[in-house]
Amino acid sequence: MTEDVAVLGVGLHPWGKRGRSFVEYGAAAARAALADAELDWRDIRSIVGADTVRGGYPGYVAGATFAKALGWQGARVTSVYAACASGAQAIGAARAQILAGLAETVLVVGADAAPKGFFRPAGGDRPDDPDWLRFRVLGATNPTYFGLYARRRMALHGDTPEDFAQVKVKNSAMGALNPHARYRKRVTAQEVAASAVVADPLRLLDICATSDGGAALVLSSMEFARRHCVAEPVRIRAVSTVTPRYPNTVLDLPDIATDSAVAAEPAAEPFRASIATAAYEEAGIGPEDLSLAEVYDLSTALELQWYEDLGLCAEGEGAKLLREGATSPGGRIPVNASGGLASFGEAVPAQAIAQVCELTWQLRGFAGERQIADARVGVSANQGLFGHGSAVIAVR
Amino acid sequence: MSRTRTPVVAGWFIGDGDGFRLLGTRCSACASVFFPREDAHCRNPACPGGDLKEVPLSRRGRVWSYTDSRYRPPSPYVTDPELPWEPYTLIAVELAAEGLVVLGQAVPGVTVGDLAVGMEVEVVPGVLHEDAETVWTTWQWRPTRGR
Repeated sequence: MTEDVAVLGVGLHPWGKRGRSFVEYGAAAARAALADAELDWRDIRSIVGADTVRGGYPGYVAGATFAKALGWQGARVTSVYAACASGAQAIGAARAQILAGLAETVLVVGADAAPKGFFRPAGGDRPDDPDWLRFRVLGATNPTYFGLYARRRMALHGDTPEDFAQVKVKNSAMGALNPHARYRKRVTAQEVAASAVVADPLRLLDICATSDGGAALVLSSMEFARRHCVAEPVRIRAVSTVTPRYPNTVLDLPDIATDSAVAAEPAAEPFRASIATAAYEEAGIGPEDLSLAEVYDLSTALELQWYEDLGLCAEGEGAKLLREGATSPGGRIPVNASGGLASFGEAVPAQAIAQVCELTWQLRGFAGERQIADARVGVSANQGLFGHGSAVIAVR
Repeated sequence: MSRTRTPVVAGWFIGDGDGFRLLGTRCSACASVFFPREDAHCRNPACPGGDLKEVPLSRRGRVWSYTDSRYRPPSPYVTDPELPWEPYTLIAVELAAEGLVVLGQAVPGVTVGDLAVGMEVEVVPGVLHEDAETVWTTWQWRPTRGR
């Protein structure tokens, strides 16, 4: 087992669509995290930025962009990109620097300013880019992949559109209590059913929006936290950022086809489950130890998939777990107490960091009306394009 | 003026009518199949790496899942913004012999109501879009209905 790192500070810029630069959102979140940690930016020895592909060059060098916005002060700088898992890889890079003794304190920042409508590939003719190809050849937007997964669950496990809608009902009720969420209105099953179909069987209110937002963490060594007089900080115990194993037999974004399973036996665990397993092994815990989970509900149906991939229930029993109320506040394992992507919309490089912010507030007992009673262990899980995914385990 | 028929991507499919096939590559060492074609190196990490030879994929497979696109996709998908949007269906098809799933558009007129997971479909030539000089061709999936 590796050592823990301490979460000294967390900060979010509220999610929304404001038409401002991602730099502004990230810097605001960073200042909030520094204030929460009671640390001066000039005392931070390293900054890790989670990149965005939407801000031009400044987005590709997010670490330096945020460092400049906060004021150059000579910190070690790192920028990482891993699609939707960028924020988690930024946390992973920061943690590695702390555990290697390269830096005692690290500021992690991710922010995005999302365009209206579907995400689209970068410009130009790029027939070697799978992300360009799926749009050029098939017009396959992200929601169409979510539709494929949802329909597959209906056929294999008997999930219904009504089950999917209940995920939105649950998450919107929590989002209504979260001052950082973009959507703060409770949604009924009837409203989901009345919204337009985007990618059959999924409707507009089954699919997460794209949002502006910014999130930041101040991480430190446990030794620094003690010297800083934080006796029992929330600690990060595992950061999993593993790749799939060949052959990957699930049609993942942005691919047009899966790997072939004729010559190699697929791993017993599919990709998403293997992300969680790596985190559990690193932390030395299992799903039975969890108090709460923050999962990547890009669609309502995908939240049910995560229940199974995190081992909260057996394969095919995600909808049953939801119907029993186990994943609602007060249930055995509340999921997306923050309101989830359903209430935030996705701000890509900020989202996995925001998940850890929520875990931290919950584990500190500072989550206000959203507080999960006696939260001691939390997991976040996420998946992105090009074989990326992450899971972070935080404890108190 | 006659327009040329050009595949939307070169080397991914070949032939006409019943002779139409998706083209992949197969590793001579481990027999893994790749679609879209992999021409540089076998991606099976347990394989020392053989020659990658072009191979036609099975014509028929079974529906792994399906969905549709009710809203106009963004560029580089080509549509005429002057015309009302016509949704189309997408089908992911499991090819048993190759052990992989391939996504494609359904032939025009096939809706999600016509499909079920496990149903047999076959690959057929189709037209993605046309402009003044070129008919851009692609592959499409069509239910066989026991044909």
